[in-house]
Amino acid sequence: MAYTVPRPKLTLAEKFYLPQVVAGLLITWKHFKNMLLGRTKIIMQYPEEKWDASMPSYYRGAPTLVRDEHGRERCVACQLCEFICPPRAIRIKPGEIPPASKWAKVEKYPEEFDIDMIRCIYCGLCEEVCPEQAIFLRKDYAITGLSRSEMIHNKAKLYELGGVMDGVVNKWNPKK
Amino acid sequence: MVNVQIDGVWMQFPKGTRMIEACTQAGKFIPRYCYHPKLSSPGNCRMCLIEMGMPKMGPDRKPVLGADGKPEIAWIPRPQISCAQDIAEGMGIRTSSPMVEDCRKGVMEFLLINHPLDCPICDQAGECRLQEFSVEYGNAQSRFLDQKVKKPKNVELGPRVTLDAERCVLCSRCIRFMKEVANDDVLGFVDRGSFSTIACHPDRQLDSNYSLNTVDICPVGALTSSDFRFKMRVWFLKETKSIDVNDGLGCNITIGSRENIIYRITPRENNDVNSCWMPDSHRLNFKYLHNERRFLGPQIKTGSSLAPVEWPVAINRAAEQLKKYALTSSLAMIASARMTNEELFLVGRLAKALGIQKFDVLPRVGEADGILIPADRNSNTSGAKLLGLTGERPGARLPEIAEGVRTGAIKALLCFEDATRCGISETDLAKLESIVTMDILPNKTTALASVVLASSGFAEKRGSLININGRLQRLNRAISAPGEARDDWEILRDLIQAVSGSNGIYMIEDVFKQMAEEVSAFAGLSLSKIGDLGVQLLSGDGKAAERLDADQPVAKTPTA
Repeated sequence: MAYTVPRPKLTLAEKFYLPQVVAGLLITWKHFKNMLLGRTKIIMQYPEEKWDASMPSYYRGAPTLVRDEHGRERCVACQLCEFICPPRAIRIKPGEIPPASKWAKVEKYPEEFDIDMIRCIYCGLCEEVCPEQAIFLRKDYAITGLSRSEMIHNKAKLYELGGVMDGVVNKWNPKK
Repeated sequence: MVNVQIDGVWMQFPKGTRMIEACTQAGKFIPRYCYHPKLSSPGNCRMCLIEMGMPKMGPDRKPVLGADGKPEIAWIPRPQISCAQDIAEGMGIRTSSPMVEDCRKGVMEFLLINHPLDCPICDQAGECRLQEFSVEYGNAQSRFLDQKVKKPKNVELGPRVTLDAERCVLCSRCIRFMKEVANDDVLGFVDRGSFSTIACHPDRQLDSNYSLNTVDICPVGALTSSDFRFKMRVWFLKETKSIDVNDGLGCNITIGSRENIIYRITPRENNDVNSCWMPDSHRLNFKYLHNERRFLGPQIKTGSSLAPVEWPVAINRAAEQLKKYALTSSLAMIASARMTNEELFLVGRLAKALGIQKFDVLPRVGEADGILIPADRNSNTSGAKLLGLTGERPGARLPEIAEGVRTGAIKALLCFEDATRCGISETDLAKLESIVTMDILPNKTTALASVVLASSGFAEKRGSLININGRLQRLNRAISAPGEARDDWEILRDLIQAVSGSNGIYMIEDVFKQMAEEVSAFAGLSLSKIGDLGVQLLSGDGKAAERLDADQPVAKTPTA
């Protein structure tokens, strides 16, 4: 439907435009002065310098796997992250923990855990869905590689990025 | 018919209907663990509690009628289980009253007291009644503060079944199945109270050939299949309705596959064939489909070894060799009673086009187990008989063919089985001038063949089979054949075309259509009309499936 836009009523000063031009020039002059006095910092030497320190705690970078405080890999290969992952970036091959192991009670672990970082959209659903608090989005955002295969993070790489994370899941404690 | 009031609505059900079944038929699902329509009802899980009432009786012992002319109901003040009682005239049932809902909540809380909550590693997760009913009827949090009871975990009850006693809700379905259906009373409860667990009889194992059915009916993750253990989460599996091809009965099955890999096969309810069960030996016999030695495309003999070629080359080579011996008695054929009707129909056409006189199928006979496995181990003997690929006694002409091969009267063989299993020795087979064979895996015949046509396994093709009782059932495709391997009927169609010209067959539906026109038994049918449960095509003589349910009322409701 046609719609008539009302023309704004301009004051006399606005009709001349000059006050606005002067105001703009003043801002430019302020920046110029600050630059001459060395008060402005407009260049960051990336990647030597990064924003990381000022990133919020909830920043969603690359998904990683973490171990618990006893060194146990938290992931039990339930494959919920593989299911929820919208771009289907996650691939898990489940395996069985041998009965002789210290963590035999957990029974299941991921034999292979691949996240295709070309596919990953950093949505964080994997972290949200994980019932074992095993997958976390850390602050690494510059994931690069020279080939497609290099961009697939395997289990070793994911644990290297993830490190150790304390959590509240203690049902695998043998006494529990 | 019996009048019953369910949630205020009067309905009619046949006499002898269980209350739980009547409610299900009325659209009011009642949660249950121990009740299974094919087994007896011990009523021990208490999940199916409902409020029940009987007609109020006047001084004259006649029901007091209310303002609406229906009997007034005197409600029993305590809840009743609905699984162990048949309906009665004038009975009232409330399936969602506050008391019933409170009961369910309480029962769920009791069942979950000692539950380990290890759903992330439990194979039942996704098809677990504890999960489902906990969401629908349970509490969000546990009030239980004490130590949970420890029970044996990861116990091998038998060669194929693993028990996790902590997850068990003691519904006794597995005990009753082994006793009532498998006729092998090997399971039972031991210990008392909260320490009660399932165990095998001492010195015995759960090693019946029907043991994996206990895994299917286990409503929780207590009994899990050792073969399927930790292989794949069930929610990833694509389920394809198909039938088993390991014997003449053709148990109805569901194939669970993901990305062209089969992970498990489970029985599907069909009260005219296999009830809800199937033998372990059959359900685990699918791994050969993923054998790395599978033929990935057609091969022809060049020099002394087989070399892969393109399909047109192989088909032309096969047709050329067969035509050389066509219309003479030096060409014989061994068909297979494991092929589908469509394939057998095309094989018959090919035999006619080539003027083959000597042909038969390889019979496979084993021992019937009296439950579900019949003596005939070929999946389509009835079809082979109906389509004229064999006589009344399958395999009767095989000695004649073997003799012909031995004496040199037969120079070429068209073979859909391993010929060395048909009484032909390898040395005799090596004397033949030409062997055209179609198979999925290498065997002694393919090693000597001039042309090997790579075909599809049972889960990779469509088609129909007729079981020993004359029931026509349908195979469905769950996964695609590896590499360049093709559907059997396509290969046969191309062969017929190369031998005798075009035949107007483009889809498997066309094959069935032409078969229905030529064979009167199939008249009026099509692949889609067969449906998931099959149709009775011929009057049968065997009674394998009916004997199973002889003393059970046939329930048409889905299995719990």
